[in-house]
Amino acid sequence: MESYMLRWGEMPFKIISKKKLAEKIKMIEIEAPLVARSAMPGQFVIIRVDQRGERIPLTIVDWNPSRGTITLVFREIGLTTMKLGRRRVGEEILDVVGPLGNPSQVLNYDRVCMIGEGVRISSLYPRLKYLKKCGSHTVVIAYAKSGDEIIMEDEISRLSDEYYVVTSDGTRGFKGTAAITLHNLLKESKMKVEVVLAVGSPLMLRSIAAVTKRYQIRTIADLSPIMLDGLGMCGCCRVIVGNEVKFACIDGPEFDAHLVDYDNLISRMKMYRSEEQLSLKIHMGG
Amino acid sequence: MVERIKMPELPVERRLKSFDEVALGYSEEMARVEASRCLQCKNPPCVKACPLNVNIPAFIRHVREGNYEKAAEIIRSSNCLPVITGRVCPYERQCESACTLGKKGEPVSINALERFISDWELSRGFCIPAKIPEKTKGKKVAIVGSGPAGISAAERLALEGYEVSIFEALHMPGGVPLYGIPEFKLPKDVLLKGLKFLDELDVEILTNVVIGRTLTLNDLLSDGYDAIFLAIGANYPLSLGIPGENLCGVYFASEFLMRINLMRAYKFPHESDTPISVYGHVVVVGGGDVAIDVARCAVRLGADSVTILYRRTEKEMPARKVEVRRAREEGVHFSFLSQPIEFIGDENGRVKAIKCIKMELGPPDETGRRRPIPIPGSEFIVDADTVIVAIGQTVNPLALRGFPHIKLSKKGTIVVDPETLETTYSGIFAGGDAVTGSSTVAMAMSTGRKAAHFIIRHLSR
Repeated sequence: MESYMLRWGEMPFKIISKKKLAEKIKMIEIEAPLVARSAMPGQFVIIRVDQRGERIPLTIVDWNPSRGTITLVFREIGLTTMKLGRRRVGEEILDVVGPLGNPSQVLNYDRVCMIGEGVRISSLYPRLKYLKKCGSHTVVIAYAKSGDEIIMEDEISRLSDEYYVVTSDGTRGFKGTAAITLHNLLKESKMKVEVVLAVGSPLMLRSIAAVTKRYQIRTIADLSPIMLDGLGMCGCCRVIVGNEVKFACIDGPEFDAHLVDYDNLISRMKMYRSEEQLSLKIHMGG
Repeated sequence: MVERIKMPELPVERRLKSFDEVALGYSEEMARVEASRCLQCKNPPCVKACPLNVNIPAFIRHVREGNYEKAAEIIRSSNCLPVITGRVCPYERQCESACTLGKKGEPVSINALERFISDWELSRGFCIPAKIPEKTKGKKVAIVGSGPAGISAAERLALEGYEVSIFEALHMPGGVPLYGIPEFKLPKDVLLKGLKFLDELDVEILTNVVIGRTLTLNDLLSDGYDAIFLAIGANYPLSLGIPGENLCGVYFASEFLMRINLMRAYKFPHESDTPISVYGHVVVVGGGDVAIDVARCAVRLGADSVTILYRRTEKEMPARKVEVRRAREEGVHFSFLSQPIEFIGDENGRVKAIKCIKMELGPPDETGRRRPIPIPGSEFIVDADTVIVAIGQTVNPLALRGFPHIKLSKKGTIVVDPETLETTYSGIFAGGDAVTGSSTVAMAMSTGRKAAHFIIRHLSR
């Protein structure tokens, strides 16, 4: 372990490889041996690119303890993810801390349906890999606005027993929403699952929860509110679940999808919208 | 009789828009004059009143004689962080409250003299410890948390020849003085310079390692650490538990201060990428030092008005008087005997007002302060565009995950043997706010030193 330890001020988190998965969606493999050693599916890291950088959470998509690396997938949507996207192979970022959050709640189920939206389809991968190893039956619904955003298709379809693609513009798979697709699968009794896990925008999570509620299927939502320390210190990521306040970083990030207050989540996720745009405009010129 | 030399302060108009330090420190001449006021008591009460028992008369004598190096050495033998204590100690409740001069007039400004010596040290590079220790003991100690308790324990252990690693979950060391105390009270570059001595002592600081997640206490034990000191602080924010606390624009003080202090959100967007959303009428809930710090930050961030709501009166307010005075100078308003009962939001989910109730003071409670009692039917509405809840923190048990052997009290603090600070697991000790609940830097440091003493005893057995 000693050799993995890095003192304060060292810049250790080197980018080992980098791949473009879709327009503005990138995958990087980064050196973070201590995280790679103890990561579990569903956990995330908080990264900081440079000295002036903010701390943002990203799901750990894959890890390799012997190489000492983790894999992250992100959409270049704000200043931090753009800076991260511009880092080249061989360059380093300042901070990676984790694994944070609790391991996924779906890992002990035999029949699992998982739904991912856009860039967050990548978050299904570590869960899928684990479930496959355990011999569980897995159904995946990959949903995106458009066909080119259905990412990691080979890796994910290979590990799924059933794999469905849905796009809202109909350029790939079913045309429609993830919730409608799920509803159709359940309605025709084609699919027998014990638990549904959904990862994506709060709007999608809410509509998925509405569908599974009718069928009384246990449903887990992987939430991604704004975070700061990710350690339970600041309360920035607090969400309302069943009228209780929970911290997504230490109590989550997964919660009972039927109990989440989505309106509150949506408004809190938008809280810095104007600041984010201002900062993009100043530093990226648009 | 020479009068107490006042601490020079940044003029109010320069404080309103900047996070520059407010207390400017003594000049050499001021320090020499102030030091001359000390009576050099034979049996000095100030030393007993200092949680670290710094030999105050001795260091002041050296200041008076211009022998600053000697003064620094004396302070350093009891207190390795004068850079922090010289700025944030509530001296009026500690050393200076016991000063003999204070019985008839004003006490010696011990704190300002300590700060003077610390500034002098920093200005000439750094005071290297008298002996650079060799790692002769062949034993390793892990310290969880890099705040004042952890650092002071690390210093003691390193000086005795132990190998010491400090594990810090955040990306920088320092604990509350780093992420909790604002720049205008403790500049961060001063703080970080003040931690440099840990390099000289060869103490390694491992940032971005979350005990309880990245590694567990079991990992540390099996990786060969012979003892562990838990200095994990009390950093889980307490909430009011009233409706609307999750609205946008309602912050816990911890988030608000962490954005400003750790992430430098006050420099957003040009020099920091971390935003903060403070505008309009800002209301701070609470009456402690943190509430005052938060209010003064809000002033500097350009709030239209800043009001502190406190449920008791000014007399019961735990905040330090000197900081309350500075907050008033900077335009902070106070609304006493007021308690929020609901936060009211607008159609976008952002706070717009607070429903409060008037309180009156009843008989004293267990803390000796008169208990606030709501007056039925006295509800009133306060406009608020931003609210910061500053009512305290409790212990965050994340570090103890996967390690059930350490007992917590009902309040959530770590249970220790009061004599030795050993927890319910042999070889693991605890100190600082994690044991006492939120306290002062000097108190935290004194538990760190004490723990180090008993860790050494434990390892020498």
